[in-house]
Amino acid sequence: MMGHGGGMGHGGGMGHGHGGLDDDDSGEIYNHQVVKRLFPYFKSQLGLFTISMVMMLVYTSTLVLIPWLIGYTIDNYVLANDLTGLNRIGVVMIAVIIANLVGNYLYMRLLGKISQEVLYRLRTDMFNHLQQLSVPFFDRNEVGRIMSRIMSDVGQLQEFLPMVTITLGDLLSLVGIIAVMFLMDVKLALIAILVLPVLATIMAIWQGYAKKAFIRIRYAISVVNSRLQQNISGVRVVQSMNRENLNLKQFDKVNLDHLDANIHAVKLSAILMPTVDLITGVALGLVIVVGGTMVLNDSLGAGALVAFALYVQRFYDPIRNLTMQYTQFQRAMTGGVRIFELMDVKPEVVDKIDALPLPAIKGEIKYENVCLEYIKDIQVLKNVNLHIKPGQTVALVGQTGAGKTSMASLLIRFYDVTSGRITIDGQDLRDIQRSSLAGQASMVLQEPFLFSISVSDNIKYRHTGSTMEEVINVAKAVGAHDFIMRLENGYDTVLYERGGNLSIGQRQLISFARALLANPRILILDEATANIDTFTEVLIQQALKTVLKNRTALVIAHRLSTIQNSDMIVVMEQGEIIASGTHEELLQDSPIYSRLYLLNFQNPTDT
Amino acid sequence: MHVLWRIVKRASKYKLELTFAYTTILGVTAASMLIPRFLGTTIDEVLSSGSQRELLMLGLAVLAANALRGAFAYWQQYLGETIGQKVAYDLRNEFYDHLQRMSFGFHDKQQTGNLMSKATTDMEGIRMFVQMGLIRAAFTVLLFLGVGTAMVLLDWQLALISLLFTPVIAWRSGQTMVQMRRVWLLVQTELGLMTTALQENLSGQRVVKAFAAEKHEQSRFYYHADNVSRYSYHAAIYQASNSSLVTFFYVSITVLILWAGGRQVIEGTLSHGELAQFIFYLGILTQPVRMIAWVVNSFSRGYGSGQRLFATLDAVSPVQNMPDAVDLLRVKGHVQFESVSFAYDGTTPVLSNIDIDAKPSKVIALVGAPGSGKSTLVHLIPRFYDATSGTVRIDGHDVRDVTTDSLRRNIGIVQQDVFLFTSNIRDNIAYGKINASEDEIINASKIAQLHDFIKAMPDGYNTWVGERGTTLSGGQRQRLAIARTVLLDPPILILDDSTASVDTETEHHIREALQHVMKGRTTFVIAHRLSTVLSADLILVFNNGEIVQRGTHQELIELPGHYQDIYNLQFRPEMTDVTNSQLGSTANKLANEPITEKDHGP
Repeated sequence: MMGHGGGMGHGGGMGHGHGGLDDDDSGEIYNHQVVKRLFPYFKSQLGLFTISMVMMLVYTSTLVLIPWLIGYTIDNYVLANDLTGLNRIGVVMIAVIIANLVGNYLYMRLLGKISQEVLYRLRTDMFNHLQQLSVPFFDRNEVGRIMSRIMSDVGQLQEFLPMVTITLGDLLSLVGIIAVMFLMDVKLALIAILVLPVLATIMAIWQGYAKKAFIRIRYAISVVNSRLQQNISGVRVVQSMNRENLNLKQFDKVNLDHLDANIHAVKLSAILMPTVDLITGVALGLVIVVGGTMVLNDSLGAGALVAFALYVQRFYDPIRNLTMQYTQFQRAMTGGVRIFELMDVKPEVVDKIDALPLPAIKGEIKYENVCLEYIKDIQVLKNVNLHIKPGQTVALVGQTGAGKTSMASLLIRFYDVTSGRITIDGQDLRDIQRSSLAGQASMVLQEPFLFSISVSDNIKYRHTGSTMEEVINVAKAVGAHDFIMRLENGYDTVLYERGGNLSIGQRQLISFARALLANPRILILDEATANIDTFTEVLIQQALKTVLKNRTALVIAHRLSTIQNSDMIVVMEQGEIIASGTHEELLQDSPIYSRLYLLNFQNPTDT
Repeated sequence: MHVLWRIVKRASKYKLELTFAYTTILGVTAASMLIPRFLGTTIDEVLSSGSQRELLMLGLAVLAANALRGAFAYWQQYLGETIGQKVAYDLRNEFYDHLQRMSFGFHDKQQTGNLMSKATTDMEGIRMFVQMGLIRAAFTVLLFLGVGTAMVLLDWQLALISLLFTPVIAWRSGQTMVQMRRVWLLVQTELGLMTTALQENLSGQRVVKAFAAEKHEQSRFYYHADNVSRYSYHAAIYQASNSSLVTFFYVSITVLILWAGGRQVIEGTLSHGELAQFIFYLGILTQPVRMIAWVVNSFSRGYGSGQRLFATLDAVSPVQNMPDAVDLLRVKGHVQFESVSFAYDGTTPVLSNIDIDAKPSKVIALVGAPGSGKSTLVHLIPRFYDATSGTVRIDGHDVRDVTTDSLRRNIGIVQQDVFLFTSNIRDNIAYGKINASEDEIINASKIAQLHDFIKAMPDGYNTWVGERGTTLSGGQRQRLAIARTVLLDPPILILDDSTASVDTETEHHIREALQHVMKGRTTFVIAHRLSTVLSADLILVFNNGEIVQRGTHQELIELPGHYQDIYNLQFRPEMTDVTNSQLGSTANKLANEPITEKDHGP
């Protein structure tokens, strides 16, 4: 086989620096780390795997055996004019054929089973691992890049697994053929494999070129695909700006690059065809001359010569196959490295081993000396102290970047504090199970995200057991009921991707309803009404009065009108709380709040 | 087979390459067929006490035949792959261009993940079909025919035995092809659904985390992942049974020939060399037999992939240029809606009977609840959708009578959710005007109040945004969108001035930017800000897809109705009694604002 030693010792590339994913492509065709990591997935299928391998052995041996049987039959029965012997060996051959059929079928079928099981487990393991990862990871890595690891990289392995066993079978039959040839005649066998080292040398040189050529292809196709994806996602801008012709020209350029890269690689892989043919020709010619002479000298049977000729032709088939699968090996190894790199990313927010579920809470929240850094030494929150009593509505105001959203994100534990602590009913958030917190605290996010499922399923979301009545009640509470009823299929209307058949305001209302359905003790609203017109907003606010009763609420809003009635308003600037109090108190005491307030009214945010 | 035929037609564009490819296939086949002949002769020679000289000749002949085959095989391989790649290249360009010219109505219903899987997996399926199904398959068939003919010529009775199995192999393969086609389609569909589930899960991670819905999310992904692996397994079973049966038949034939041929040799009706030739002929079929399974697979996959890809390519955009469409020159900006109605699905009206007459350079504010039809209305002007009934006119031209290119060149749009391309800030601003000078770009970003911010970045205008680039805040994105629209200098402007994620200071900046931008252009603005509404020349109040009120702020505020409700709801509640004095002065200011602005107005 080709000199695969060159690719080893590369396993170190599996670490992750800052939680960002690398897209390196080493071009190696064997990576020990990847194979080692894949091994446990096969281990659980050990029984099936063993049977499958045994069957492959049976199948391969029958294939190796047949030319030998042909030679043996010719020499011992046909040339000896032994008809009964011929019939007898016929029975043996039938047995071999049946073994071939059974072995082949079972080996392929079991292998299909095993590889699908392995892929399923890989996919679901990756999916589950991703669910464990914390928000910072998703901040750093674009969805598209994570997706390609689960879809394309696992897909590469899907193509790879059957190929590995075919290759394994090829190698086995190679060994088998050599063994049988040596058993038949050592001298002729040596002659037949004389050219093997030449081929090995050529392959070693070839793979140096191939490695680069195929890396180039993969780079080119990734450029093509990302261009296409951008154009699909940004199609509305493209059309608004009349960019179609120019974009096509630019796309054609990268598309052509990809074509060129492929044609270059094709030349490289096609050159192996005549090479292998020529070397086979030499070997076959040598077998004819030397083997033929041996038959003439009676030191070899004619049947054995037939067998040799058949073997030599089959001998180089595996090598031809290997070259065709070369790039698949590279892709699979690169894919494997990328898959396990993702699997090795450690979640940043993890439950302690002894974390307890949070019992039913009253809703008292305390931030105690809370500091937060996303990037080391850049403080987003500086020593924040805040006490929210059960049932209070507290509003956070301040400029973009003041740390309001960070305050909210910490409360729902998207992140953990860098120092200090946050308690709910006296319990440190880090000492309780995250899932039990999410059951009692709900958050409405700045950017409403909806799933492409029905409206009612979106509102229910995790609470699949909710009744339709409950769904309608919360929808009415946020003023979404009327427009939902006007949708084509009412609550059963299936949304487009990201809720694309709704306006952003409508999406926000539904995400609001979703948060309410959970009936949380603590409600966090992060600019939940930013995209909603005033009329609707006022309706929501009226509804909120009943909704927020007996709930603790943390509200972030830029429109001060939204939060004037809060029990407490907290003014933030550059990660610090600089003032707090009621609206009236702040107007008296806080110049910054007064300025914000005036700006708001000089420049009223609402219609 | 219609779908496969369409792929063939695309490949037939490369006539020269195809002709050459098929010629080389003939060459490979002919050269391949020489080898068993020489080998058979060798056996006859050695058994009839031939000379070493003759052996040497035969050895050289085999070498020559192999070399010849190698030369042809090079071109066959080269051309096969090249044609496949070229067909894929054409299709990629066509797919790309088709998608970017489909109207919004089409894209609303598409899942990006699914389109991408068509562009990757299905594209590969089609390429493989060209390479395997169109060229490799021809070689396989030709070699079978050649070997069959050679064997019939050698001994027709013996040949008949071996040919007996051919129809069985053909029938099995045909059947497998049909089964596989069905399964492949299922696999592809489920893969698409799994991709969608995954994409939504990842995009919505904050929601997933906020609701601790990790377990809930599992069920959807697991369901499709399970289906994918189950159907793939079905495909594997079909392939296993087909390929093991084909090998079985092939091996059976070899054994039968050996047995029946051996009998004939013993009985003296066949020479040793002829028997050997038979065996060698079958020997060169080993590789093609193995290929049959792949060829069959490539047909099934090509069919499924072709079906999916062509379904997208065949979709006709509802918004099309008329055959006699004329170019719209730079307009003055007179926009008229005449009894316009619209329904996305053709039945549920989103807009009914809209009449608007927007004179050049006027600012039209659209006000109303989410989903009342404001966004839909403005999307009709650049023909992102076509009205279901009624007419939209610009400077008197029906928008359907002019080319969409020239129409859209007259219109600038700032959307609510701003899409940025993976590139630097400069290229994003110059997106619609690629040859804009540095001065123009800086000027546009100054108008959009973005220049100072960009200057403050270490890389300035070269700062990379989008995927793997700097993340811009909502307000910054919005101002960038304003800048790139300003650069186009359109006579008609459509704005969605959402206040999402923008703090008071920033909003102040954006507001100033907008005031600048709207000057001298007919502007349709979906208004979320009072200031915008106050300065509008005409306010349209929407409710359930109808315009329920229209007029200026002064006119509407006097009339009882929707607008008054909105206005009062905003300012009356509790606030009045809280900060009486302050509100009083603020309200005075507000009342004055529109008047002063009007004075400056066009």
